[in-house]
Order: sequence, then structure tokens, then C-alpha cells
Amino acid sequence: MTDITPKLELKDVKKSFGTKKVLQGVNLKINPGKSLVIIGGSGTGKSVALKCILGLLHPDSGSILIDGQESVGISPPERDQVMRKFGMLFQGAALFDSMRVWENVAFGLIQGRGIDRRTAYDTALDKLHSVGLDESVAQLYPAELSGGMQKRVGLARAIAADPEIIFFDEPTTGLDPIMADVINNLIVKSVKQLGATTLSITHDLASARKIADEVAMIYQGQIIWQGPVSSLDHSGNEYVDQFIHGRAEGPITDEIKARA
Amino acid sequence: MVSDVKQDQASKPMPMEGLLNFCARIGRTILLFLQATGRLSLFISESISHVFRPPFFPKLILRQFMDIGYYSLPVVGMTALFTGMVLALQSYTGFSRFNAESAIAGVVVLSVTRELSPVLAGLMVAGRVGAAIAAEIGTMRVTEQIDALVTLSVNPFKYLIAPRVIAGTLMLPILVLIGDIIGVYGGYIVSIHKLGFNPSSYLTQTWDILENMDIISGLVKAAAFGFIVSLMGCYHGFNSQRGAQGVGAATTNAVVSSSILILIFNYILTQVFFS
Repeated sequence: MTDITPKLELKDVKKSFGTKKVLQGVNLKINPGKSLVIIGGSGTGKSVALKCILGLLHPDSGSILIDGQESVGISPPERDQVMRKFGMLFQGAALFDSMRVWENVAFGLIQGRGIDRRTAYDTALDKLHSVGLDESVAQLYPAELSGGMQKRVGLARAIAADPEIIFFDEPTTGLDPIMADVINNLIVKSVKQLGATTLSITHDLASARKIADEVAMIYQGQIIWQGPVSSLDHSGNEYVDQFIHGRAEGPITDEIKARA
Repeated sequence: MVSDVKQDQASKPMPMEGLLNFCARIGRTILLFLQATGRLSLFISESISHVFRPPFFPKLILRQFMDIGYYSLPVVGMTALFTGMVLALQSYTGFSRFNAESAIAGVVVLSVTRELSPVLAGLMVAGRVGAAIAAEIGTMRVTEQIDALVTLSVNPFKYLIAPRVIAGTLMLPILVLIGDIIGVYGGYIVSIHKLGFNPSSYLTQTWDILENMDIISGLVKAAAFGFIVSLMGCYHGFNSQRGAQGVGAATTNAVVSSSILILIFNYILTQVFFS
């Protein structure tokens, strides 16, 4: 374990907004080709952690290593190089509503990498096929699609440039259970095809069990437990137990009550 | 925080306490103001630097030319036409008392080119374009489309803001030039057809009094207003808070702040040009 450089490593990452400490020293490690899912309640800092890794937010302290390289405080051109390794599926898909579906998928290729439109169109169609959408959808606008289809297009866009690390922000939120499972399967399939490393955040445990190799639980801005998905049910951690069983009573709610 | 302060004041009516709270509130307001100014300055310098640095997106700039320039033509044209017309009518009621009707042509052309065309066009464009820019970019912010741009290695300043700022700054002078012509023509129509002036002497009076500087100052103002409108639209949209309410507030703030700034800078620029 120790001689492999982790694909992504967070060391004591802290971030506060005003007086609110959101991340209070997050430590995390993902090895190449592995899929880590961060679980945790709403407002525990999952999204903030993700945005720090993506460079959308700047952590107050700590370091974020990508392939062993520091990514906190790097120059914009270096940041560009790092971004090329990333793909991201947003919670609300975040498709550009002024563009057609295929232009959305090809956007990173055309604008970010300067690939010509014809080649990018073919790649976009390929990627749309791999998420189960055909050519007729390619010409539509995102507003004309259902939530599940938008998520699929978002996934196609995330994998369009064959990223090394893919981030999933609540990939199944707002979908019916069947569509959620379809998306989970697509995620597993496309990640296998690419051999990519993935980091997902979710509070959907069915989804976590399906796509994760490893699970980490975040609580009050810290990772309180990390382990293989197989040991999720006997983690020996009261907080994890309360969360995965969705109990209203337990250490998490006790602390919320104590603070209130 | 504010409600805490209020409660404190209500429960402890000691004069010292009240004074301290008052000072604290002033301090807080000043800090917030400085913070906002700093954020705005950073935003402006970042925007301007991307206006001049490649890569450029000519297609996007062209689309903004259409949105900001071409589609604002009817609004700006109507504003200029009726402003010119009413100006002739009003100055006639005033000037006819002193037998100074011959000054009307001059009043119309100078007011329109120096002040009314740039300011009114600026305000109309602030309402039409500034609001649209803020709403569009604000929605993109709220639905994470701006974050998505970043993850796809595209700089939002380059892709969203620079084209709008370029188009705003270049298009408004053109709109104002057209507005100048239409506004003067509006005054001409009223003077000739309603007030019974001689067409050729009206035109001679107009040309005699008009100097290049009148037009140029108006166009420089227009460029400044175009910059203000597009930049404030982008700024408020870019920093929009979450939800429909956030986007609504961003839109309102964009229109209000650009309108106020237009009036302030109109005074400053007039001072620079004509004193």
C-alpha cells in the first residue's frame, strides 16, 4: 500500500466561511483505479471538500495532492493542466441550456482542448451511446430532456475527455429508484472502461454500495471512518451505524440536540 | 447579528452600551463596504485582463453584439425620438416668451448629443441588457453551470464575461450615435410640422452650433456606460446567491447599481469634458 502514490490525497484540509468551520482537517487517500464514496448528512462538508479538490474553492490550509503533486495555490496554467485530468458530474447535471446536447458533451473537447467540431461530434455521439442515448437526443436542448436523461448527458460530458479522475456529486439525487440504479450501472460501467479513479459524494446508500470500492464517512468536517465497502455494515463505528440504518436516535442526533 | 444588537439595546438601555453598539454597527458597515469594493475591484481587473488576453471567442462576441446592440435599437431609437420631440416642444413654450425661438435648434442638438442620448440610452440598456446579463449569469451560477465551465477547462471570465464587456463597450457608442441622429430628427419634425419653423434655417442653426466635441463626448460617455452596464450585470450575476430569490436580487442590484453609476459617471465625465 505504502509504495503506491495515491491518485488523490487530502492532508489536513481546512476551510471555513466566516466563523463557520466547514472542513476541520480532512484526511483522505484514493489509490489509482479505486472508487471512493464519501457519505455523510447534509451540511457536513461533502460538497465543500469536493469543490476544494476541484479548485472551485481555496482551502484555508492543508494540502491536496494529485498524483503526488500539490494542487493548492498553483498558478492558473498549472491548474489548467490538473483540470484536464478531471471529469465531473454535477448534482443537477449543470448542462449548458443554451447549447444542444451534443455540444454540451463536446464542450470540453472543443473549447477546452481545441479539437475540431466534426471529430468532437463523433466523440460526443460515442459517449452518448455509451450512456444509452442515441443520435436523436444529440440534437435536442437540455430543457427538453427528463431528469434521468439530463444526468446521463452529464455523465457523457464528464467522461467525454477520458478523464483520469471522475467526481460524482450526488449522482442519484432526485431520480426514481430504477433510474438511480441505471445511473449507478452506467457509472460502474464507464469507470471500468476508462480505468478511472473516482470520488463520489452521496447520501444514497444503495448507490454507495453499488459504485464504491471504499467508503468514507464525513461528519462535522472530518473523516471519521474509512474502510472497504464490504465492512460498511460492521464498521464498529456508532456514527456510521446510525447513518447507514437511517435511525433518528443515535450519537449524531444526540450531538445536534446537545448543541441546540 | 443585527437582531442581536437590537435585542441588546432593548434589554439594556444604558447610554454607553447604546453608543458602543452604534459604533460597532458603523464599523461593520464600513468593513462590509470595503470588502465589497475590494471584491469589485478584483472582479474588474480580472475582467479587463481577460478582455485583452487570447484566446478570444469571436462567435460569442458576435452574438453579444446582436443581443446588446442590434436588439436594443428599437428601445434606444424610440427613447431618442420622443426625447427629441418633447425637447423641441418644451423649449418652445419657454423660449417663445423671450422671442428666442431660434435657439431651439441649438438646445435640441446640444442636449441630445451631449446628455440625453447617452444617459437615456445607458439607462434603457441597463434595464434591458444589464438585467438580462445578470439573470442569465446568475442562473448559470445557481445551477452550477459556471462551476461546470471551470471543470471543463474553460475560464468563465473569458467565456462569459469578456464577450459581454467587449460588446457592451463597443455597441453603446453606436447605439448612441444612431440615437443622436434620431433625437435631432425628432426635434426637427416637431419644429417644422407643429411649430411651423423653416426647415432649412432650422438645419443651418443645428449645424452652426454643433461641434465635434459634442458628439465625441457623448460617444465616450456611451462607451463608459456600456462598460458599466455589462460589467455590473456580470458582477452581480456572477456573485448571485442561491435560489430564485438570489437571481432576482442579482438582477435588481445590477439595474440599480448600473443606473446610479451611469448618473454619477455622467457628471464626472461632463466635468472632465466641459470645464
